[in-house]
Amino acid sequence: MNFDFSDDLKQLRDQARRFLSERCPPTVVRRSLDGQEKFAADLWREIADMGWIGAAIPEEFGGAGLGYEGLCVLAEEMGRAVAPVPFGSTAYLAAEAILTAGSDAQQREYLPKIADGSLIGCFAMDEGAGNPDPAAIHARVVGGRLSGTKWPVADGTVADFAVVVACDEHRQPGLFLADLKDVSKRALRTLDPTRDQARLEFNGTPVQRLESSGWGSVQRVLDRAAILFAFEQVGGADACLAMAKEYALERYAFGRPIGSFQAIKHKLADVYVALELARSNAYYGAWALGTDASDLPLAAATLRVSATEAFHLASKENIQTHGGIGFTWAVDCHLFYRRSKQLGVAIGSLPFWQERLADLLETRNAA
Amino acid sequence: MDFNDTKEEAAFRARARSFLQANAEPKSGSRPVLRQSGVDAEAVKRCKAWQAKKADAGFAALTWPKRFGGQELSPIFQVIYNQEEDDFVVPRGLYEIGLGMCIPTMMAYAKPEQLERYVPKAVRGEEVWCQLFSEPAGGSDLAALRTRAERDGDDWVINGQKIWTSGAHLSDYGIIVVRTDPNVPKHEGLTFFFLDMKSPGIEIRPIHQMSGARHFNEVFFTDVRVPDSQRLGAVGQGWRVSITTLMNERLAVGDVQRPDVDDLIELSRHVKLDGKPAIRNSAVRQKIASWYAQSQGLKFTRFRTITALSRGETPGPENSIHKLVNASKLQDIASYGIDLMGDAGLVMDDDLTEAYGMFQAALLSSPSGRIAGGSDEILRNIIAERVLGLPADIRADKGIPFNKVPTGKR
Repeated sequence: MNFDFSDDLKQLRDQARRFLSERCPPTVVRRSLDGQEKFAADLWREIADMGWIGAAIPEEFGGAGLGYEGLCVLAEEMGRAVAPVPFGSTAYLAAEAILTAGSDAQQREYLPKIADGSLIGCFAMDEGAGNPDPAAIHARVVGGRLSGTKWPVADGTVADFAVVVACDEHRQPGLFLADLKDVSKRALRTLDPTRDQARLEFNGTPVQRLESSGWGSVQRVLDRAAILFAFEQVGGADACLAMAKEYALERYAFGRPIGSFQAIKHKLADVYVALELARSNAYYGAWALGTDASDLPLAAATLRVSATEAFHLASKENIQTHGGIGFTWAVDCHLFYRRSKQLGVAIGSLPFWQERLADLLETRNAA
Repeated sequence: MDFNDTKEEAAFRARARSFLQANAEPKSGSRPVLRQSGVDAEAVKRCKAWQAKKADAGFAALTWPKRFGGQELSPIFQVIYNQEEDDFVVPRGLYEIGLGMCIPTMMAYAKPEQLERYVPKAVRGEEVWCQLFSEPAGGSDLAALRTRAERDGDDWVINGQKIWTSGAHLSDYGIIVVRTDPNVPKHEGLTFFFLDMKSPGIEIRPIHQMSGARHFNEVFFTDVRVPDSQRLGAVGQGWRVSITTLMNERLAVGDVQRPDVDDLIELSRHVKLDGKPAIRNSAVRQKIASWYAQSQGLKFTRFRTITALSRGETPGPENSIHKLVNASKLQDIASYGIDLMGDAGLVMDDDLTEAYGMFQAALLSSPSGRIAGGSDEILRNIIAERVLGLPADIRADKGIPFNKVPTGKR
């Protein structure tokens, strides 16, 4: 058994961690938080040049061909750095939709430009409150033109194109490619300003349908993205635990480090446990993604549940461990707390994935 | 990443499997093989016969030296054997502590001629060992133990009481940690021995547990003589020796006990809630989802540990996660399953109860899982201190001679 990343990928992870700690410190994240920039464009350029965006894109389409395990390793580091870039929208969602559902021509048209950073993508599914649901899709494509409103769309105001979930003439949901140049966009104020969110107004926008479509193809994109987002969640949770631990060692109360109190130790032990379970489930997801395993949907739902729970727990207990200082704007705890919620509701929140996991288990156990 | 065995591992797995197929019955269907909650005379015979058979076939003590009846294989092969054995119904419950904790401690501290004498017999299952650690005054705070040993010529004379000793009544030998000097701080006054459980002055009384079983014992010592030659480690070094024993406890990754989440799914398919199968209820589904995610997380954490073992690395304190999560999960799933059965969840009659009564049995036995072998609280301390590197708690007894340490009424 070799249930671990290879030495090469561990090296990639260490390089990515060093690079991001240097080029994406909290000061960079805070430029987005404070509204000075929509995303870290310089950082985006650099990670494109290093081949990260196209990590899992095959070399024939201009990707780095590092495979999904490579993309997973990078995702963990992006999560650790709370990176304010449209990485997930572009690499986990838009590129994946095109890779899994696009025609050869669509792949040749889009993937090389995604990989080199010249095209930013987004995934436009939601239409207001609620979780992923074919019945909730009202956007419609008639005669190759899309009409409807999508919100929130992560990275929607900075993206060049969207993969849109919309219904066709027969009211069947599917995936469509839309150029966003002439689409009306409204930037949304959200609880995580380090990520761009938009409301997109499509009004007869010309679109092309991705070759293989239907709700199954939407769910397939969500399943695969869940695995990659889980690595971001694991990275974020790990950063929270490290922060909390460091603070608990330095902060004294009642004449001793607060990390010597069992109330703090047991709290952080529980965070560690949740994080390790999520990490182990995520590793299995990485394997399932890399091998396109038949139980990928079950693996994805499982890790989505544990990664969402783990990052939520880690980010809130990090604030709690810090006490009052953790509630200030100046200390970075809230960057993770915000991002944990943003990642936790992107592509469907905990109740949605718990329900999906129960569905898959019910089907499996009936078989 | 892959889940494949190396060539050598695959060959060993095949060999283990064919041995098991030839000698044991495969587990069948949904009926649980309940963990032995007490081993009677008949079960002892079965355990002894099975252990001898394993030893003859070369599957006992896989990692130990050949001269003691072992195979000198790396720990990954023990994991592989355990995985395969888990698919079969085999007698268990007699040797886990002896082979898992006592003999490894002996191997670290006993004299060569003692190892020649005791280890091969333990490997073949001819002699059973127990571990005499906990006391009424020393559980989580093990080093607070009070059983005394005083030097008398070539012997030591032991007086006091041990408790929670699994299998003491079935054991031939035991390892014991006792206080030899109460005038120094608690960790410094301990010494470690092995002894004959048939020695005069030892009295064993089974403890009637809340589950109804009698697996643990109280062991009373009245002027029990142990030769100094049976001391393990130096006088006053008993704590260090105990740590060796406890480290081995952590390596014994507990297997998953039932009911697990699959049993809960099965139950909720046919028990009704609100006129529909309980599994249609979203509250039930959320519980199932979270427990399943936990179970899988532990399974894949085990795979990561196995990977480390396979590379020759030694698992450390992070292994505490398994018992910490499993023990509470078992208790919670048992309780929830009974809730789904409603009032009938109380019933334990074989002909009426659901799921062979495993939910009820687990409800009553599961509290011990959260206490024995390191309580939930101790395991959280271990994770916090030894994995995360947080400081030890400040102790009121630090540096104080043991006989000056304040004690309570219990």
